[in-house]
Amino acid sequence: MANSTKTSAPSDAKNPQTQEAGKHLTNVGTAGRVISLLGGAALAYHGWTKKDTAVGKSLTTAGAYLVLRGVSGFCAINKALQIDTAHSGAAGFEVTSSVTILKPRNEVYQFWRQLENLPKFMAYLEEVKQTGGKRSHWVAKVPRNIVTKEKLTTIAWDAEIEQEEKNSRISWRSLPGSEVENSGEVIFTDAQANLGTVVQATISYHPPLGIAGELAAKLLNPAFKELVKQDLRRFKRLLEAGEIPTIIGQTSGRKDENY
Amino acid sequence: MKAICWEGINKVSTETVPDPTILNPRDAIVRVFLSSVCGSDLHLLGGYIPAMRAGDIIGHEFMGEIVEVGPEVKKLKKGDRVVVCSVLSCGGCEFCQREEYSLCDNSNAEPEWTEKAYGYPVAGIFGYSHALGGYAGSHAEYTRIPFAENTCFKVPEGVSNESALFTSDAFPTGYMAADFAGIEPGDTVVVWGAGGVGLMAMHSAWLLGAGRVIAIDQYPYRLEQALLRAKVEVLNFREVDVLQALKDMTGGRGPDRCIDCVGMEANSTGIEKIYDYAKQYARLQNDRPAVLRQAIMACRKGGTVSVIGVYGGFVDKFPMGAAMNKGLTFRMGQQFGQRYIPKLLDIVARGEVDPAYLLTHKLSLDMGQEGYMMFKEKTNNNMRSVFAPAG
Repeated sequence: MANSTKTSAPSDAKNPQTQEAGKHLTNVGTAGRVISLLGGAALAYHGWTKKDTAVGKSLTTAGAYLVLRGVSGFCAINKALQIDTAHSGAAGFEVTSSVTILKPRNEVYQFWRQLENLPKFMAYLEEVKQTGGKRSHWVAKVPRNIVTKEKLTTIAWDAEIEQEEKNSRISWRSLPGSEVENSGEVIFTDAQANLGTVVQATISYHPPLGIAGELAAKLLNPAFKELVKQDLRRFKRLLEAGEIPTIIGQTSGRKDENY
Repeated sequence: MKAICWEGINKVSTETVPDPTILNPRDAIVRVFLSSVCGSDLHLLGGYIPAMRAGDIIGHEFMGEIVEVGPEVKKLKKGDRVVVCSVLSCGGCEFCQREEYSLCDNSNAEPEWTEKAYGYPVAGIFGYSHALGGYAGSHAEYTRIPFAENTCFKVPEGVSNESALFTSDAFPTGYMAADFAGIEPGDTVVVWGAGGVGLMAMHSAWLLGAGRVIAIDQYPYRLEQALLRAKVEVLNFREVDVLQALKDMTGGRGPDRCIDCVGMEANSTGIEKIYDYAKQYARLQNDRPAVLRQAIMACRKGGTVSVIGVYGGFVDKFPMGAAMNKGLTFRMGQQFGQRYIPKLLDIVARGEVDPAYLLTHKLSLDMGQEGYMMFKEKTNNNMRSVFAPAG
């Protein structure tokens, strides 16, 4: 990643929230994280192949969670060992997805550029705060234990906008040493025949794991692609419909759940 | 509150469930006065539409009064008497802007199903499986209405609840079928299926200038309604060879416009019947397309086949050669209700068509299973069972 020379422990001292959030995950052992990552990828892949069933969907989601947990766990270890993982040569999860939104380009761009809006449609983001200049602080939700459904915990990182062209393009990248190394780029173009704006997002996560990471990335890419696609769909819905349609919380004849 | 829930194939039960609440800013809650069964529910009941879950509240054709509105609902208020369109539309997407409301990009809360099955997601529909959004349906004391300003239409003074009810679905669906048929003045129009939607398509064909309308069904009591109420000619496919009869009736030329108001569970006769039932039973085809095949064969060269009966998946032995070589035009789709409902309420208010005669059995919510079985088995001359939660 960008920090080709940086090898020291990152800026947690400057950001107590990041460190606090990170602590939740440090009680998972190395073996546990490998199992999390590979098991999660396998689970996600298995779920993905059966994604038109409720079970398949939850497998995909569960698998994605596990991998995120595995990824963030390894990042923490690497930080502790002061290892620079940026050039480990591992493939990342990189996915690109597009959506067409029947709104003017400046309006669509402005909504995204106000980074605080992102958690309104990105399912696993809890909060994004612009912290001055081009920097921002991101907080994501992950379950501590997918099997026991233990309550959600959070991981956090800081990011910086790398490039922006008004109404056309934004790219960002997590700061060196972030628990979840990630980057993204969103391109805004006019759709054909006054049909609004095409939004194309490319999101990358980098598991610093060598061969295991590459394997996990291959297995997991479809699941991440689906997550990004669903985030973009929610973005479209929020802008076009003014809200994101839901049935969660509605009434039904099922006793165990209501949707 | 009480609600009729789908429990399994050919099994519904009346359950006590929590009252619905506002979940989104554009929602409203309607107290249901009348909620009708629909022929398309029979596909759910028969297990032909996947994505039903035990406990789903069914029903999509209804009217009632507003009892609560979300913060973004300005044009409706508590106490408004409304008819509710069965199909949900966001109003803001490309398709809603074109008034193709059942193609709405955004109103389906569970878009993954139809995106996978059909390539792109289609609009949500009340009580019509998780493939079409998983929204709780209307056979209940109260129903949550997403995008309420787009979904609810105020009933004009002087129009009874019974007359307004069918402008929710049967009338706009039948009207769209006739509209899509592209009827020109004097045309001969054939409607397969003399149920609620078919009868409304017959009335609509007259409204749109047909010179002659012919109904096809197998139930004498339904053909009698077509004859007496919709004032059309009738054919019973159990008694006559439909293709020959239509040729004979049109001087060998064939009907100009053919409308399929039956869909995926068509009844037929002879070898074709055995073939389609066997394949559907073995899940080698989802749908029994006997009416569609017959409409294609019957239609005159250069005519139009309009399909409003519901299909869910694949059909077999589709006579593409006949369709192509005769230069037929096909139009089809789930109803664009929001496009037609205001106009149809006016037509009902002026007394030009009164769909209230479709209501043959008014029942309490406790009679869910009986109401559906009567409708399915066509007993007691049932045209539509309608649930009236408040009595």
